[in-house]
Amino acid sequence: MEMRSHLSQARGPGSTDHGVQHWISQRFSAIILVPLSLWFVYSVLGLIGADFAAFQAWQSEPGNVILMVVFLLAMFQHGQIGMCVVIEDYMHPEWLKNTSILIVRYTAFLACVSCILTVLRVAFTA
Amino acid sequence: MAATKRPLSPHLQVYRPQVTSIMSILHRMCGVGLMFGTILFTYWITSAAYGPEAFERAQSIMGSWFGQLILFGFTFALFFHTANGIRHIFWDVGLGFEIESVKKSAAAVVAFSFLMTALTWYVALSRAGEL
Repeated sequence: MEMRSHLSQARGPGSTDHGVQHWISQRFSAIILVPLSLWFVYSVLGLIGADFAAFQAWQSEPGNVILMVVFLLAMFQHGQIGMCVVIEDYMHPEWLKNTSILIVRYTAFLACVSCILTVLRVAFTA
Repeated sequence: MAATKRPLSPHLQVYRPQVTSIMSILHRMCGVGLMFGTILFTYWITSAAYGPEAFERAQSIMGSWFGQLILFGFTFALFFHTANGIRHIFWDVGLGFEIESVKKSAAAVVAFSFLMTALTWYVALSRAGEL
């Protein structure tokens, strides 16, 4: 039995309005990552050979905390979507594809949370 | 019905390499490479949560020849993926689709990536006192 209304059947197959969300999110994060990546490279150049005290001094500047947290969120979101797209394109067995996507998503989430908590801890214990 | 073994996309084995396809593949390879590099990045950042000793150990690993090798690849991949990503954004809004401009923008991306990688490493090695 078809559970969907005639209107929803006519409008198209499945949930076509959610699918585009990944695509948009990938572009949104990409745009913000352009300036943030350049800022990141510039910052890392300044941290070459830095000891913990120097790193903490840099990381506890308000502007750097904010930019770092935004960079981490955008970077992991963008990277996670990108990895999933590549997996969907090249890994054809259903179980392998789904398992890989699950691992990528959880790993990215875990790494993102770990990095953000570290940044905040370093910044707020200065 | 028995499943026929037709070639699945992206047909890499029957596709003649062109500027467009090579740039596209490099874009993906750099993107995936960057995500693997992010494992090292995560180690570097999170080491700071364990205090000065752990952070300074991470710093010296990054500064070792092996660390520098990975960071060099990471730098190039980052500049390439960023520059080529801007190209993709332009395509998304419908600009730069003519073969001529596609080839020109590809050359610009490659030139930018090499130039910025060289510049970044010139600064990095100077600062590290290795130049």
